[in-house]
Amino acid sequence: MTAERFKTRSAVRHGDGAAQSAPSRARRARARRRAQLTAWGFIAPVLAYLGIFYAYPLYRNIDLSLRSYTLSSFITGDAPFAGLSNYISVVHSPTFAPALVNTAIFTFVSIAFQFAIGLALAVFFFKTFRLSGILRALFLVPWLLPLLVSASTWSWMLNSDSGIVNSFLQAVGLQPIDWLTSPKWALVAVLIANIWIGIPFNLVIMYSGLQSISPDIFEAAAIDGANGWQRFWRITFPLLRPVSAITLLLGLVYTLKVFDIIWIMTRGGPATASTTLAIWSYQLGFGSLLPDFSSAATVGNVLILIAVVFALVYIRARSRLETT
Amino acid sequence: MTVHRSRKARTIGAALLAVGAMAATLTACSSGSGSSSASTASASGGTYTFWDPYPQYTASSPWAQLVSKCGTEAGVTVKRTAYDTTALTTQALLAGQQGNSPNILLIDNPVVSTLASAGLLTTTAQNGLSTGTIAPNILDAGVISGKTYGVPIGANTLALYYNPKILAAAKVSPSSITSWATLTAALAKVKAIGKKGITFSGINTEEGSFQFLPWFWGAGASLTNVDSPQAIAALTLWTTWIKDGYAPNSVIQDTQTTSWQEFQTGQFAFGENGTWQKTLAAQMGAKVIAIPGENGGSAPVPTGGEFFTIPVQKNTASYATSAKIVSCLSSGSNIVTTDNTLNYIVPTQAGQQAQVSADPSLSSWVSAVGVAKARTGDNLGTKYPIISQQLWTAVQKAESGAATPAGALAAAQSAATAAINK
Repeated sequence: MTAERFKTRSAVRHGDGAAQSAPSRARRARARRRAQLTAWGFIAPVLAYLGIFYAYPLYRNIDLSLRSYTLSSFITGDAPFAGLSNYISVVHSPTFAPALVNTAIFTFVSIAFQFAIGLALAVFFFKTFRLSGILRALFLVPWLLPLLVSASTWSWMLNSDSGIVNSFLQAVGLQPIDWLTSPKWALVAVLIANIWIGIPFNLVIMYSGLQSISPDIFEAAAIDGANGWQRFWRITFPLLRPVSAITLLLGLVYTLKVFDIIWIMTRGGPATASTTLAIWSYQLGFGSLLPDFSSAATVGNVLILIAVVFALVYIRARSRLETT
Repeated sequence: MTVHRSRKARTIGAALLAVGAMAATLTACSSGSGSSSASTASASGGTYTFWDPYPQYTASSPWAQLVSKCGTEAGVTVKRTAYDTTALTTQALLAGQQGNSPNILLIDNPVVSTLASAGLLTTTAQNGLSTGTIAPNILDAGVISGKTYGVPIGANTLALYYNPKILAAAKVSPSSITSWATLTAALAKVKAIGKKGITFSGINTEEGSFQFLPWFWGAGASLTNVDSPQAIAALTLWTTWIKDGYAPNSVIQDTQTTSWQEFQTGQFAFGENGTWQKTLAAQMGAKVIAIPGENGGSAPVPTGGEFFTIPVQKNTASYATSAKIVSCLSSGSNIVTTDNTLNYIVPTQAGQQAQVSADPSLSSWVSAVGVAKARTGDNLGTKYPIISQQLWTAVQKAESGAATPAGALAAAQSAATAAINK
């Protein structure tokens, strides 16, 4: 009886399920499909955005660099496939070595100084004192000025004959320097301007990093008798490591592609003395009356490749930090 | 209430986004439709597109009014768009690639050969433009292997402005400056009284080559052979001036505009600059002489100025109307008025006479334009941009002391040869 009942109930339940299953499964499937469609609908704008503004230009840039475009084939669009020959001729160009070295010097020296000065100022301003807010705001000015304005101002200040920097040097009895027109100093001049522009960014990020460190740790260290120097190297610096890493990576990507400051101040000159890869790419593509789009795209891709390598290094370093 | 407001804000946000997206598509459409309307415009009515490098002239300027008047006379509406000079080259190339070139394009003369070799321009044989009485040396920039691709709107060139006050103080007579030696001697005298000698633009762009060419050609050098002894002599002249303090070090990065600003300070005896500064020069009392050749005589100077060109269209019937508009703009009293406002010299003898009789001070410019040479001339065409880039690089290296004039020019010659043979 019980078994019987059980059987019937199970049969009923089973039958019931079978009776319901066909339409409900369809309904559920439809609902799932609709949910999926909605999901795609939400993703679609992002995908379209990525496709139109990132994937296609990147594809086009790679395509340009792998074909041998002349002016007429740029118009007709039937440039022959050239493989890596553009890359080979770019690497063998007499401009390649100086441009690469200049890019490396420009990037690393810029970041080293921007980071060190930015961090020092952040620590300095972390102790609030009278007028510290106003002073900190003043340090942001370089960031707020349009690059065109600051680069032009620097180029006037560093002018060989009528610049304020040289009149100061002469006033204190030093020899004037041809900042923008000597092959030895042109890169230094654009470096100084770029460091000045980059300090506020480092200051702001490092300052916010400092604020996220619990004051208890500093108090505990102070009670244990740690002096200011020890507190910085033993507590502040290690705890700022994640913030420092992202600041350095962002700084690297920003600095690799710096174009406007150099172009306005020296146009990459004299000759190639301050030509970086970004400047060279522009010169090839738009700097002469006869544009060489293939070579310009090739140099641009080399620049992208370098940025990607450093991004990968960053990601690896971060994952190693997280696992330990 | 807050929920309500946030929903409203979201709706507004979405609406704004939608409007933005729509505007983007609309502009995309409009640029497309503009082209199609341009190419389908028939001789009887329609809209003709016209691009020029004069953004300083707004719709209410006499130039813009003349453009639309000439359109009306040809029975069409002209839609004028002005771009910055360098942007116009890029725009013209991109438009050519997209197949929607303007009906009429007014473009810088060294770019004509570039666009023509890309197959974007019609010849005067195709479009029916008359080159009539235009001076051959000015028309030359538009001629490639015997075919003419446009007509010049006017010409400007370079000469040597001088400050009479400084020359008087240094006891230098302007008429004594007839060769490089006499010019350098004058610079020495100017330096001796504590003034500055000469300023020019030796920058690493096309402007640097443009300014160097009078000295380069004045020594008898040719662009096909940039490391000749004559070329080395010209570059040595510039570098010696810088080394001896006759020219300021800043010429290495001076554009023609910043070089002019230096001259305007009143501290410089000489300034190499163009026809376009003549009004400002008159205001400060500066006079002008021709740039001397190495051993006397006037050095050949490069021509500047734009060309009217008629880009290739799908509808070839539109060429006749475009040609009618161009000849209206480039002939008779219209061109004299236009060239007076643009600070250009008219490319025809009759026009030049009209200009000089109205303003006798122009006669030195008319004779300068008379001996001017096209940069892309001598059948160089698209080889010129390649050579020019190497030339300005060599000038930069020598000026900054990174290389000797001979070494820099030898490197330039081999780089140019390699690039041309690529």
